[in-house]
Amino acid sequence: MSILTKDEAQALLKKVLSYSKADECEVNLTGNDSANIRYARNSVSTSAKVSSSQLVVSSAYGKKLGVATINEFDDASLEKVVRRSEELAQLAPENPEYVLFLGPQNYAGSATYVPATAAITPRLRSDLVAASLQVARDAKAVAAGFLEDNTGYSAMANSKGLFAYNTSTNTNFSITVRTEDGRGSGYATRGYNDVTKLDTRKATQIATDKALKSAEAKAIEPGKYTVILEPAAVAVLLERIFFGLDARQADEGRSFLSKAGGTTRLGEKMVDERVNIYSDPLHPELPTSTWSGDGRPQEKVSWIEKGVIKNFSYSRYWAEKKGVKAVPGPDGAIMEGGTKSLEELIAGTKKGVLVTRLWYIRDVDPQSLLLTGLTRDGTFYIENGKIQYPIKNFRFNESPIIMLNNLEELGKVERTVSVESNVNYLLPPIKVRDFTFSSLSDAV
Amino acid sequence: MKRRDFVQLAGLGLGSFAIPFQMMGNPVSIEALLEMPLTVTQKKQFADAALNTARSGGATYADVRIGRYLNQFISTREARVQNITSTESFGVGVRVITKGTWGFAATNDVTTDGIKKATERALAIAKANSKFQTEPVRLAPVSGYGEVSWNTPIQKNAFEIPVSEKVELLLSANAAAQKNGANFASSNLFQINEQKYFASTDGSYIDQDIHRIWPTFTVNVIDRASGKFKSREAMSAPMGMGYEYLIPKAEDKLSAPTGMILYRNSYDMIEDAATAARQAKEMISAKSVEPGKYDLVLEPNHLGLTIHESVGHPLELDRILGYEANYAGTSFASIEKLKSGTFNYGSKQVSIFADKTQPGSLGAVGYDDEGVKCKRWDLIKDGILVNFQATRDQVHMLGQNESHGCSYSQSWSDVQFQRMPNVSLAPAKEPYSIDEMVKDVEKGIYIAGRGSYSIDQQRYNFQFGGQVFFEIKQGKIVGLLNDVAYQSNTQEFWNSCVKVCDERDYRMFGSFFDGKGQPSQVSAVSHGSSTARFNGVNVINTGRTI
Repeated sequence: MSILTKDEAQALLKKVLSYSKADECEVNLTGNDSANIRYARNSVSTSAKVSSSQLVVSSAYGKKLGVATINEFDDASLEKVVRRSEELAQLAPENPEYVLFLGPQNYAGSATYVPATAAITPRLRSDLVAASLQVARDAKAVAAGFLEDNTGYSAMANSKGLFAYNTSTNTNFSITVRTEDGRGSGYATRGYNDVTKLDTRKATQIATDKALKSAEAKAIEPGKYTVILEPAAVAVLLERIFFGLDARQADEGRSFLSKAGGTTRLGEKMVDERVNIYSDPLHPELPTSTWSGDGRPQEKVSWIEKGVIKNFSYSRYWAEKKGVKAVPGPDGAIMEGGTKSLEELIAGTKKGVLVTRLWYIRDVDPQSLLLTGLTRDGTFYIENGKIQYPIKNFRFNESPIIMLNNLEELGKVERTVSVESNVNYLLPPIKVRDFTFSSLSDAV
Repeated sequence: MKRRDFVQLAGLGLGSFAIPFQMMGNPVSIEALLEMPLTVTQKKQFADAALNTARSGGATYADVRIGRYLNQFISTREARVQNITSTESFGVGVRVITKGTWGFAATNDVTTDGIKKATERALAIAKANSKFQTEPVRLAPVSGYGEVSWNTPIQKNAFEIPVSEKVELLLSANAAAQKNGANFASSNLFQINEQKYFASTDGSYIDQDIHRIWPTFTVNVIDRASGKFKSREAMSAPMGMGYEYLIPKAEDKLSAPTGMILYRNSYDMIEDAATAARQAKEMISAKSVEPGKYDLVLEPNHLGLTIHESVGHPLELDRILGYEANYAGTSFASIEKLKSGTFNYGSKQVSIFADKTQPGSLGAVGYDDEGVKCKRWDLIKDGILVNFQATRDQVHMLGQNESHGCSYSQSWSDVQFQRMPNVSLAPAKEPYSIDEMVKDVEKGIYIAGRGSYSIDQQRYNFQFGGQVFFEIKQGKIVGLLNDVAYQSNTQEFWNSCVKVCDERDYRMFGSFFDGKGQPSQVSAVSHGSSTARFNGVNVINTGRTI
């Protein structure tokens, strides 16, 4: 019993709620079928297929909450999990921050489910991997890659009459190709709801080209450079802003969005006025669920508009305390771009560095959102509008806030995946000046 | 690992289900949960069902792991409990080799029929993947151990301690921090118990009960007027121990020349939280570091992470061979460098060993997840690279025919692969104290605790921060510093090690959620060392204004 239809899920949730004796009861139900193939040294190393389902019951007496979880679905187990959550609630300390469950909500229909992905066969998976391996073998290069697909649903209902249901599919693919002598390395990553959009051959070709072209890397001095970041590199820097939009952290004075005097940056211009970042569950290129895990509708929200911080995300408790709308945090994010392709951005660059991918990103200072990490799998020197030669990798120390103040140009938006969080985004390649590379790395 | 991953892990992983404890400690309920669902005899019968199915299906090798994994995660903030999550995951993973290819399948249907079906699925996967296979699997020999068992030598099972007692400790630590000037304090307690049964066609039936614990906190001090905020995290280490780690003992407290108390095999959480708040407050107005070359004095709870990233990971044979190329990366350490017998990883002061038997360590087990008895071996001897870390199916690539016992899986539902053993820096043989070390430094920085860390995918270039930084001038600690991070290259760094303190200062650092693989799996590993001195390391200033 992994993927339930809307009716089946609703019937099951109703049955669970019928066992409830608490003041309030809320039930969340999820199920997933996922499969993956991992390969390295031009050979499959592991593969797996996993099905799982889970039911979470939250029962409340006054401000006392108990949560219990189970993955068995016979009537006795369903009743048992409800009773257990009630026992836990009776024994729990009062939570002063408890907020009553939401009543019925209106949700837009989502576009996260693609039948072709749900119908993926072992044969298709193995063909997708075989196509990738063939490109690397033909180039006498060495491939290591990972393909995974997932079909899942989530549903929730509570004693106040709320009901929500969503199904989704997705497929993520990443590929690293290295030259046989280990002197060149290239990378590409793709993520889609629709597996028919996934072209593993083309992605592997890009990674292979980068591997072959990056083999004779020269060392150039670390320092401040004009940099063109491909969307995969942009994702890992900007998502630290997306993850840090919580109002409470900012209000409590411990966020890059807090400011001297005990106030916050909400409504202030913090970055270049060409920066517009929003989330939209109905965007056709990046559909996401139209409701969040606690039943709040996910709507289109502008986070940064013309460089101004437009919205914070709120827990329901903090929103109630502050008397504002409880906007949930973004699920994926979209940055508006320009019309130029990556090649056109390169063509318009007098001197600069092209970055394929950034790696091992860590926060250095939460006050300024200073991050460190390294370039990886294809870093090139640009002069007079052309890639001149591959260069050795750099360590950077940069804040995405400072970076977005040094914006030169935005390219055409494309869908990309963060290698750090696995979250999908729509982001442009961006060109920025004075990006801080602080040391050289010998890594390939 | 990121915070939300902690929560994800402490919550529910794929295929797992949770049985929360009675929050305020109902003994009947706790006992019910502590009962093993299967006896050893039943487990052996199930294991034999898998092994026999594998044999008759053409497997040349098979192993089966029947696992019950218990997690409990308590999270508090100031005077309230934010979350208590208890999870239990129970099931079986079967791994087979047929046509020279691995196949793996797992099920939570722990019945003879369910296990047979999973084994058949593992056989089918192996056969299907064999068409891509270019390198048939070769296993290093292991003799069967028969029916054996091993337990983490705990004194107090953390799962038997009432939740109320654990909550009270965390809330007391938060209160101590607030009393000493913290605006905010949050604390967490992670407890893990792995009950795992392993059997293989080599004739081993191994029953193990493994315990791990990690208390930790973060305190924040905020200066509203300037908008500055500073934080300090706990100086605890995750340990392979029971709740006894949280009962402070005087003999486990060491006083550093900085005035701080540091902890060995037991931890005083309340005392440390109070110190943390005072230090965070002092950091608000502390001096920003002048960038340049400094002699660094690195205490074990900091140095452990540097060892982990710059020695532990680069010496994993699967990375070196390219199996992690698409994610974690490869390594600068090559088989050629090892075989040369002359690769100068560090100075003569640097001897680093792997050891899966160290008492109290996170990596201590009797046998690894492919039934190999655990041991200690040298990785770097007097500065020279002498060995790597390997599993049964890869060690032959080093020309060795005995596995190092480095196989681990985070659960019954994930396939086991090569994971880092405890990797530790040997203390100096001649007496040398931390006080003597600080006295010998003219211009330096003493760094304690784990901070920001980042290293490249071949483990050359790294940058590390810490929790607290003290300036050393003419042999004396003169005060706290802000905005410190050091950058170096692995080989250069370890060759700049001029002194290591003796065993009186030896302590363990731990990484509780070390991620590796695709899909990513976590493992826990300790790194022991005494305080060590590194000369002329490049320190950068990380202060920025936005």
